[in-house]
Amino acid sequence: MSMKVKTRQVDGITILDLSGRITLGEGSVTIRDAVRDVLAKGSNKILLNLGDISYIDSSGIGELVSAFTTVKNSGGELKLLNLTKKVHDLLQITKLYTVFDVKDDEATAISSFTK
Amino acid sequence: MADSTTSRVSFTLDSSLDSVNKIEQTAEQIAQRAGFDEDTVPHIAMAVREAAVNAVLHGNSYDTNKHVIASFETTSDSLIIRISDQGPGLDPDKIPDPLAPENILRGSGRGIFLIKAFMDEVNFRQLHPGTELTLIKHRTPAQSGT
Repeated sequence: MSMKVKTRQVDGITILDLSGRITLGEGSVTIRDAVRDVLAKGSNKILLNLGDISYIDSSGIGELVSAFTTVKNSGGELKLLNLTKKVHDLLQITKLYTVFDVKDDEATAISSFTK
Repeated sequence: MADSTTSRVSFTLDSSLDSVNKIEQTAEQIAQRAGFDEDTVPHIAMAVREAAVNAVLHGNSYDTNKHVIASFETTSDSLIIRISDQGPGLDPDKIPDPLAPENILRGSGRGIFLIKAFMDEVNFRQLHPGTELTLIKHRTPAQSGT
């Protein structure tokens, strides 16, 4: 199963609802393109909703990190929402959990972005 | 001499992402049959996937003339997976530590780390050309009865 992205706007924040697998050759490219599109449209406050991500591999983790640094370097913010236990554990193992700003409630996440 | 091997299967596959997916799915099925629990099976499958990605991407560089060999052996006390490529060789001592502060924001380089995190033993062997990774997960006595 490949990855799907749905984009929506809430209070000036772009939310990318991701579902499926983030792996080499599947979701990795999809995330990269989606984040690039958001930045190209002038928005740099992005919330990645990973609640329906069933699987992520090291390439997918790398793509999340790359998205994070790309958005940060553009002066924006990228945060993660609704981690599954698998993704949570992987971010813990790779010591990335504290690098990302991780939220488990959408309203809280939206209000946490710099106005 | 008694043979403690309960099953063994091997594949020779193209250097493609389809091969990676097949190797991962096979690992998941064999780990389930070997009696590993629902938390451990995905870890084994992920470790094997990472090894297969290394072989296809970093080892063989998607070269259609090069192959990946994957073998799965279930013994009374372990699941042993070997993944080999025909690439230029991999020196495990030269792989940067992905947890080091200077590497933590790198967009790649976590595959071998995850393999080591999820398996009990990981061994590298140079094939000249190529690299063979051996991934071992020990079975508990209860699992060995299956």
